[in-house]
Amino acid sequence: MNASTAMQSADVVAALLFILSLAGLSQHRTSRAGVVFGIGGMALALVATIVFAGRHISGGAVLLVLVAMAVGAGIGLWRARVVEMTGMPELIAMLHSFVGLSAVLVGWNSYLDVEARGSAQTEIASNLLRIHHAEVFIGIFIGAVTFTGSIIAFLKLSARIKSRPLMLPGKNLLNVGALAVFVGLTVWFVASPGLGLIIAVTVVALALGWHLVASIGGGDMPVVVSMLNSYSGWAAAAAGFLLDNNLLIVTGALVGSSGAYLSYIMCKAMNRSFISVIAGGFGIEAPSHGEAETGEHRETTAEETAELLQNATSVIITPGYGMAVAQAQHPVAELTRVLRERGVEVRFGVHPVAGRLPGHMNVLLAEANVPYDVVLEMDEINDDFAATSVVLVIGANDTVNPAATEDPSSPIAGMPVLRVWESENVIVFKRSMASGYAGVQNPLFFRENSRMLFGDAKQSVEGILRALHLPERSLASS
Amino acid sequence: MSETAAQQIGVVAESSTGETRVAATPQTVRQLLGLGYEVVVESGAGTASGFSDDAYTDAGARVGDAWRADVVLKVNAPSPEEIARLREGATLIGLLAPGQSPELLDELAARPITALAMDAVPRISRAQSMDVLSSMANIAGYRAVIEAAHVFGRFFTGQVTAAGKVPPAKVLVAGAGVAGLAAIGAAGSLGAVVRATDPRPEVADQVRSLGGEFLAVEVEQEAGTDGYAKATSEEYDRRAAEIYSEQAADVDVIITTALIPGRPAPRLITAADVAAMKPGSVIVDMAAAQGGNVAGTVAGRAVVTENGVTIIGYTDLAGRLPAQASQLYGTNLVNLLKLLTPEKDGRLALDFDDVVQRSVTVARDGEKTWPPPPVQVSAAPAAAPAPVPAAPAQEKRRLSPAGRYGLIALGMLALFLLIAFSPTQLVGNFTVFVLAVVIGYYVIGKVHHALHTPLMSVTNAISGIVIIGALLQFGHDRVAVSVLSFAAILLTSINIFGGFAVTRRMLSMFTKG
Repeated sequence: MNASTAMQSADVVAALLFILSLAGLSQHRTSRAGVVFGIGGMALALVATIVFAGRHISGGAVLLVLVAMAVGAGIGLWRARVVEMTGMPELIAMLHSFVGLSAVLVGWNSYLDVEARGSAQTEIASNLLRIHHAEVFIGIFIGAVTFTGSIIAFLKLSARIKSRPLMLPGKNLLNVGALAVFVGLTVWFVASPGLGLIIAVTVVALALGWHLVASIGGGDMPVVVSMLNSYSGWAAAAAGFLLDNNLLIVTGALVGSSGAYLSYIMCKAMNRSFISVIAGGFGIEAPSHGEAETGEHRETTAEETAELLQNATSVIITPGYGMAVAQAQHPVAELTRVLRERGVEVRFGVHPVAGRLPGHMNVLLAEANVPYDVVLEMDEINDDFAATSVVLVIGANDTVNPAATEDPSSPIAGMPVLRVWESENVIVFKRSMASGYAGVQNPLFFRENSRMLFGDAKQSVEGILRALHLPERSLASS
Repeated sequence: MSETAAQQIGVVAESSTGETRVAATPQTVRQLLGLGYEVVVESGAGTASGFSDDAYTDAGARVGDAWRADVVLKVNAPSPEEIARLREGATLIGLLAPGQSPELLDELAARPITALAMDAVPRISRAQSMDVLSSMANIAGYRAVIEAAHVFGRFFTGQVTAAGKVPPAKVLVAGAGVAGLAAIGAAGSLGAVVRATDPRPEVADQVRSLGGEFLAVEVEQEAGTDGYAKATSEEYDRRAAEIYSEQAADVDVIITTALIPGRPAPRLITAADVAAMKPGSVIVDMAAAQGGNVAGTVAGRAVVTENGVTIIGYTDLAGRLPAQASQLYGTNLVNLLKLLTPEKDGRLALDFDDVVQRSVTVARDGEKTWPPPPVQVSAAPAAAPAPVPAAPAQEKRRLSPAGRYGLIALGMLALFLLIAFSPTQLVGNFTVFVLAVVIGYYVIGKVHHALHTPLMSVTNAISGIVIIGALLQFGHDRVAVSVLSFAAILLTSINIFGGFAVTRRMLSMFTKG
């Protein structure tokens, strides 16, 4: 065993631990073990690399490395501790951008280490030099796209910029053009590397990342975030090729392909073409549909809803982004608890793209201590709506829109939705009669069995809770 | 009467024999007052439904001559004498059966009287709250089961008792419309084994949701565009007849609900089928008024056949629950009046641009306005046209098997060429890369939906592995390189530590109830 084989074997073990980590994360039972595997793999990789690299650099430099890591760790742990569960999408988008930026920096460094020295460099054998040129370029490109894409996603998710899709004329042409420019620049760079080209490709990639995500509407964010997750993995893999480091390649490819698969699941849930998502060109045909079914909606009050719930045998709650916005998860969990104590069967139906992040609703409900075994997926619960007394639609709109199944001309036609309208009563918690992110009118609101409960979701649910507690208290006092 | 004063609504007593319903209950009177109208109730109008004059007065109505009111609410179509009692220019709302009684419409139009037929409400989701046919059918379906249970000499539910075992009654419901579904629900609640037939295969789920078994007649069948079943094909009839014959010999109770608008009721159960039934069995023919679905039905009466089968042909099933029927009918009327009184000022305003208002109006300003232009029902046709546009899109996306294999082969060839022409070092890298991609795909394959977010934050932490690249570049002679790596190390550390920490935090929140 020498230093090099030790390093390589550490890499292999770390890669294996990462695989176990991802595998563990796919089931509740094994998820905590999964995180432990992940941390173990990361610790092993870091220690091995620092020890290996530390032999060639001064002690001061090692100290600097540790300082940088300590500062980063401090910031990271602090953010992880204080982040609101509703702010999870923003945090994840932000973290994606760090990976992207780091990949760009690694690419630039590699350029400065090798290409910028011209024939004086010693790191790369001359027959591999051209390949190295291409790798630098690709690494910077993917990293920069991930970086700006994630930044835009972060800004949109935290409502610092408008989440409406940007509609530049010829947007698809712009995307394809950027790719063509990238290919052209790569060929040029491989032939004769230069600083100008590196700057050019960075700028093109940054612009492309910005445009890709800017042209996607807020409602499609779950797909975008998981897509960026995938991109950040590919960026890491590209860095691995660049540095001839197998651990980076394995890890990057793992993250990249698993993220892509997750995005694919999301796309299926929204009935979108996977290709059009990668191309950032979806949602273009959005709000052209004018002739939606309209009509009278009926309003209800928290008291009436409470009465309805009290007499119900089974209740399904379908949460959406509105629940996150109103921070209503705690009162909703309390409502669930109260109703379950009174013998009402309460379950949750979560649409795969509810919220702004894959699994967003699950995390919010878990935060509020809703047992995860009553939180069901669309496919698990869709057949049960017909036998349900009351459905509470809290802050969801497009994911419960009957037009998706019944109106072939609707922009969201064919998207699988929660069939809430099959139940006896539907209570829709909503701020106003405005349409959802897809800009589509929702005929659900005008159905015979639907009632609208207008107002802030949190206050509405708290109102229901008060109404549910009232009779109890009056009994106790009399 | 001045133009701005509120209009009077008159609630009149029904004269048809056996009619027990009334067009308004004390509860709906309050709602009518809420719309700004004055309400006059004919003395004794609600007696048969159990509502006294005092109850109406308490609700805010006046007892008096309801026939002279501006708007007269009625249940059944008026007799010629009753039409004579109406004011000229008054509005009459009731079940007028415009399709079956054109002479009535002529008479009303000649007065002139504006007539709104509650049984002409279009079957669109917006108008469901005024759909009398549905609300009456619902009551009738329930009552049909009660009538059958009343005559049937045994339990509906199966029991094992000390005195022996009782098998559950078997009930066949023909036609799973509103009445049929109500009957299925009621019979199921009593504990019977319920089966149902219907020419529309799409109602199978509704039948099952109420605990019934759907007996499908497997024949090509087109759905009507108006939400009702169409007259069926010969082939279908033949298959259906077989099913009815089989079922008649097996079941204890048959409830038939098959109606085709504007046509005599289809004959479903033949004399031979009835003869094959067990003595003591009961048939309730809910289509008796339209000629009956069953051979031997007598409209309005219950008859017992030679082999001891009771055939109930009551035509007033809904009226046999008078309080319930009046309440639902009254609410249907209130909902229509809400639509007709947008300002809630007690003044009726007919808007012919509104499809619901246009459809119900059968006579106005001396002119007959029946039949209305056809209305496309929102719910029914969706099942039919939806697959048509969907199909080509599917075609486009799904390649033929040959095309798919071709594409895979092309991809493999490209990969082969790429790696074959790569230098040795890159070959190793590619091997690792390709295998890792495949592992990543499979490892994630069965991920639980609730864990999507933790999974993403953990993969995020793991993709912080790019820190290794920065670590390896750090501390070499170039200052610029070190500065950039320092930044990269810092950023990715945030990623690694933050990602793992937040994942742990999230997972600790998931609890099982």
